[in-house]
Amino acid sequence: MYERRITRRTALRLGGAGLATATLGGCKAFDRLADPANPLRRYMERANRLTMAAQRGLLDRDALAQEFQWFDIRQPQRPNGVTNPQDAEYVTHVASGFSDYRLSVSGLVQRPQILSLAELQSMPTRRQITRHDCVEGWSCIAQWTGVPLSTVLERAGLRPGARFVLLRCFDTIERSLSGGIKYYETIDMVDAMHPQTILAFGMNGSALPVPNGAPLRLRVERQLGYKMAKYIRAIEVVDSFSGVGRGRGGYWEDRGYEWYAGI
Amino acid sequence: MRRAHSNRRLIKRHTLATRLAHWGWAVSLLFLLGSGLQIFNAHPVLYIGDQSGFGFDNAILSLGGGGPAWPAWATIPSGVDLATGRIVHFFFAWILVFVLLLWLLGALVSGHLWRNLRLTAQDLRSLGADIRSHARFQFPHRRTYGPLQKLSYAAVLFILFPMVIASGLAMSPGMNAAAPWLPEVLGGRQTARTLHFCVAAALAGFVVLHISMVLLAAPLNQMRAMLTGWYRVDEGE
Repeated sequence: MYERRITRRTALRLGGAGLATATLGGCKAFDRLADPANPLRRYMERANRLTMAAQRGLLDRDALAQEFQWFDIRQPQRPNGVTNPQDAEYVTHVASGFSDYRLSVSGLVQRPQILSLAELQSMPTRRQITRHDCVEGWSCIAQWTGVPLSTVLERAGLRPGARFVLLRCFDTIERSLSGGIKYYETIDMVDAMHPQTILAFGMNGSALPVPNGAPLRLRVERQLGYKMAKYIRAIEVVDSFSGVGRGRGGYWEDRGYEWYAGI
Repeated sequence: MRRAHSNRRLIKRHTLATRLAHWGWAVSLLFLLGSGLQIFNAHPVLYIGDQSGFGFDNAILSLGGGGPAWPAWATIPSGVDLATGRIVHFFFAWILVFVLLLWLLGALVSGHLWRNLRLTAQDLRSLGADIRSHARFQFPHRRTYGPLQKLSYAAVLFILFPMVIASGLAMSPGMNAAAPWLPEVLGGRQTARTLHFCVAAALAGFVVLHISMVLLAAPLNQMRAMLTGWYRVDEGE
């Protein structure tokens, strides 16, 4: 054995290394990654495709998200994003109790549809108690009632080349110099045809409230909250979303979030 | 004070595979911890159960008081940017998992696990002495890992890494559909999130301790060993 004591030199070394570590984190060395055009960031983004491939590989196409019991609903569903749209068209609909609301289904479909809320409600509905997971990290359990998106899509009939379902919303989420940007989101056919993917018009036993997306919002239970567009105005079936927004498939996707939000 | 180094022999201590795995984990952990704090800042409250209590109280830790809980120097990137934090986090999560799987396979096949990391009866007998010498800041340079080294490395590789991966996956809504039992056994998604944070804190603690040990026990020798494989052992080793 030999002896070793903490000398002043060791203490200095320790301090120096600690300082170097703190500086490494402290300096803005990695801030370039925040730039959407940064090549390293673009490379890292490819991990999302790996995640999607891995999860889709593991998942049965129709594997259900966990469903809960009525007693698991312990609080109102926490609203997020836009909670009270002030867009003129929307405000008019709220005033008339959505009696003149019409959902349009168009794009790569054989029979474009114009559906009133009453027509949607008369279709076979699905009721599910699920956990809503926000990208911020919180979760909230609520019951959702709606018509499966697959039912609506089957009624319209998909045309060849139909790959994505684009949801166009009433709410202006961002005001820019070139005007307002209304929320938009896309999902692919695997999620669109999933039994738990519904156009919800009811929540916790009553009509869907305005803060949670009245009259119609999407539920995509195997992904995070930002995929579940609220205040749906129109559905378009498309073969690509390159022409939508900045081309990444959704409002938040165009601001750096992943298109596949299963994690 | 300075000891003659001539009769302390250089030996090949770490294989290339060990060194690559070590630096793969080191880099991944740095980015995962920084981006993890960025993600945490988006909602700096931890809960117990399936959901987050807004209409009831199941929070066990609330940091930040409305603002970001962790300062800019601790997060990657430094500004408030959840989207970038997530991209960095999942990229390095994949790296960590790949390196762990490759290392485990190699360590099993090569016998590294059995030869160098297995806690032997001799290790258990000398555990007390090892603790005492650490308490006196004496760090012998041996050919093999000491009992405390073996225990701490095994804790990271076989407890903390698997737990941090499992609790991370338990937060994924996609994984929840594939394996509903995962958040279930961890006590619900929000408990899994709390666990993920605690295990990450333990890993951060390991990193700090590990670097302190390296600095206290001849940093140049340790650094050379982990970069080139060559390590100078004490006399009589």
